[in-house]
Amino acid sequence: MDKIKFGFKEVIKNRLLTSGIILFLFVSFFGVVGGWFIDPEMADVGAGYPSQPPSWEHWLGTDQQGRDVLADLLLGTPQTLKIGLIAAFVGVSIGTILGFIGGYFGGKIDTLFRLMSDVFMTIPGLLILIVIASLLDIVSTTLLGFVIAAFGWMGALRVTRAQVLTMRERAYVQVAKLNGVKDMEIIFKEMLPNLLPFIAASLTAATAGAVLASLGLSALGLGPQNEPSIGLTIYWALHYGALIRELWWWFMPPVVVMILLFLSLFLITAGLDQIANPRLKDRV
Amino acid sequence: MSWDYVIKRFLLFLAVIFVAVTINFIIPRLRDTNPIEERLYQLAAQGGVNVSKIKELTAIYEAKYGLDKSIGEQYLNYWNDIFHLDFGWTIADRTPVINEIMRAVPWTIGLLTVATFIAFIVGTIFGALLAWPKTGNFVKYFVPLLMTLSAIPYYLLGIVFIYLFAINWGVLPTAGAFGFGVKPGWTLEMITSVLWHAIMPAASIVLTSIGFWGLGMRGMMITTMGEDYMKFAEYKGLKDRRVFLSYGVRNALLPQVTGLAISLGTILAGSVLVEVIFAYPGLGNLLYRAITSNDYFLLQGIILFIIVSLGFSLFLIDLIYPLVDPRIKLEGGEDG
Repeated sequence: MDKIKFGFKEVIKNRLLTSGIILFLFVSFFGVVGGWFIDPEMADVGAGYPSQPPSWEHWLGTDQQGRDVLADLLLGTPQTLKIGLIAAFVGVSIGTILGFIGGYFGGKIDTLFRLMSDVFMTIPGLLILIVIASLLDIVSTTLLGFVIAAFGWMGALRVTRAQVLTMRERAYVQVAKLNGVKDMEIIFKEMLPNLLPFIAASLTAATAGAVLASLGLSALGLGPQNEPSIGLTIYWALHYGALIRELWWWFMPPVVVMILLFLSLFLITAGLDQIANPRLKDRV
Repeated sequence: MSWDYVIKRFLLFLAVIFVAVTINFIIPRLRDTNPIEERLYQLAAQGGVNVSKIKELTAIYEAKYGLDKSIGEQYLNYWNDIFHLDFGWTIADRTPVINEIMRAVPWTIGLLTVATFIAFIVGTIFGALLAWPKTGNFVKYFVPLLMTLSAIPYYLLGIVFIYLFAINWGVLPTAGAFGFGVKPGWTLEMITSVLWHAIMPAASIVLTSIGFWGLGMRGMMITTMGEDYMKFAEYKGLKDRRVFLSYGVRNALLPQVTGLAISLGTILAGSVLVEVIFAYPGLGNLLYRAITSNDYFLLQGIILFIIVSLGFSLFLIDLIYPLVDPRIKLEGGEDG
C-alpha cells in the first residue's frame, strides 16, 4: 500500500468533501458574518412584542419573551460551533497523541491507554455529562466545550493507534529506521502526513459528536443559560410549548440550521473516508 | 473459549462500573457544599407537603454521608448501597428510586427494540443492495439520499414530525404512550393505542438510523464481494439471487449482527431526548423529570442503573460473539 495522497487536489476532486465543506462554511458564515449586521440587543428579552410571526421588522418573528428569533439564531450559531470545535480539537489532540504513543511504542503503556479508551467507550458520555452538568454549574460555552472533550478522545485514539500499528511495519518507515532517522523525525515527517485524512475525519466526527452532546445538554436545560446557543433556543421553545402553540418561526429555524450543520459534517466525513479508503471510491 | 479472554472482559466490565460509580460519587463533592445535601436541607427548611419525609431522608443521608464521616467511609457506604441495588428514594414522593426505574424500563425497551429491529432490517437490505453492482438505479440514488438522514439527531427529526403530523395535519397523537382515558392492560383498545402513539417516536428513530446500518452493511458487502468464493460462485453460473443472498449477504451479515447486539445492549441509554420530546413514559423521560425537579437521587440512580446494565450486556455480547463467529480469533496474547 502506498502513501495516501491528501492534498488540495484530492480535496477539490472529491465531490462529497467539497459539498460538505461548502455547506459547513455556509452555516459558519451565516452565524459569523450575520452577527455583524445584527444589533445584539435584538436578542435581548423584550426587544419586541412576544410571540409575533415573521414581519418586516423581525424577519423570523419573536419568541415568548420578545427576543428576535433571527438575532438569537445569528448569535447562537457561532457559540454552538465554538463548543463543537473546542471539544473536537481538544479531544482529538488528546486521542491522537495517546494513540500515537500507544501504537508506536507499544507495551504496558499501550495496554493502559486501550483499557482507558475501552472503559470510556462503554460509558455513555451524554449520561455522565448530564450528571456533571446537573450538579456543577457550567456557566460558559468554552467550559462546556472542555467538559465535552473529556468524553470525545477515544475515537481518535483508536484510529490513530490502528494506523500507526500498520504504518510501523511498512517499507518507508522501516527504511527510515534502518537509515538511523530519529523517532521524532519518523513520526513527524513520515507518519504524520499519512495520518492526516484520518485525523481530519476524527475531527469532523468529534465536532458532530460534541455539537450533538452540547445540543442535548442545552435542550434538557443543562447548558450555559446566559450565552445564546442553538440548544438553548430549542430548550426555550420546548419549555414554552412552541410546538403546540404552532410558533413554527421559533422552533423550526434552529432545527433547520442544526440539520444543515450535521449534514455538512456527514458529507465531509464521507468524503474523507473515500480518500482514506480508496477502495470505497466508485461505489456510490 | 480461553479463560484469559473471559477474565479480561470481566475486568473491563468491573472497570466500567468502577469508573461510573466513582464519577457519580465525586462530582457532587467537587463543590464546597454538596448539592445533594444542600437540596435536602433546603427542602427540610422550606417545609411544605412532606416535611417529615424530607426530615427522614436527611437523617438517612446524614447517617451515611454526613460530614462527620471521612471521605473513604462515605465512599464505601456508597458502594454498599449500590451492591444492594439501593439507589435511595426520590425526593419528590419518597418512593424507592429502583421502583420508579422499573416502571419506566419496559416502555423504553419496547419502543427501542422494535425501532432498532426495523432500522436494522431495512438498513441492512439497502446496504447490501448498494454494494451489489446489478442493483437498479432507483436504489442507487434513493438510498444514499435516505442515508444522509442518519446525520440528523433523531429528536430534531422528531420535532419536525410532531409539528407536521400531530399539530399541522392532526393525524397522529402529539405525546404520551397511550391515549388519555385508555385503561392500561392487555386489551385491544390499549394495544392499538400504544402502537398508534409509538409510530412517530419509532419512525424518527428508524429513519435516522437506517443510514448507520446501511453504511456498515455496504462496507462489509464490498469486502465480501472481493472474496474468491464470490467469484467462484459467479463463475459456477449460480443465479444472481443465490450469489447475492447465500454467498454475499450471509457472509457479510455477521458484523452487522454484532452491531445489532451492541445496539440492543445500549438501548437504555439511547433514547433520552426522543422520550422527552414525545413525553414517552420511559427512562429518558424519568431522567428529564429528575433533572427538572432537582431530584439527585433519582438522577444518579437512573444513570448508574443504565451504565451497569449496559456494561453487563456488552460483557455478555463479548462472551457470546466468539461462539457465533468462528472467524474471530480469541485475543489471548499480547497484541489483541
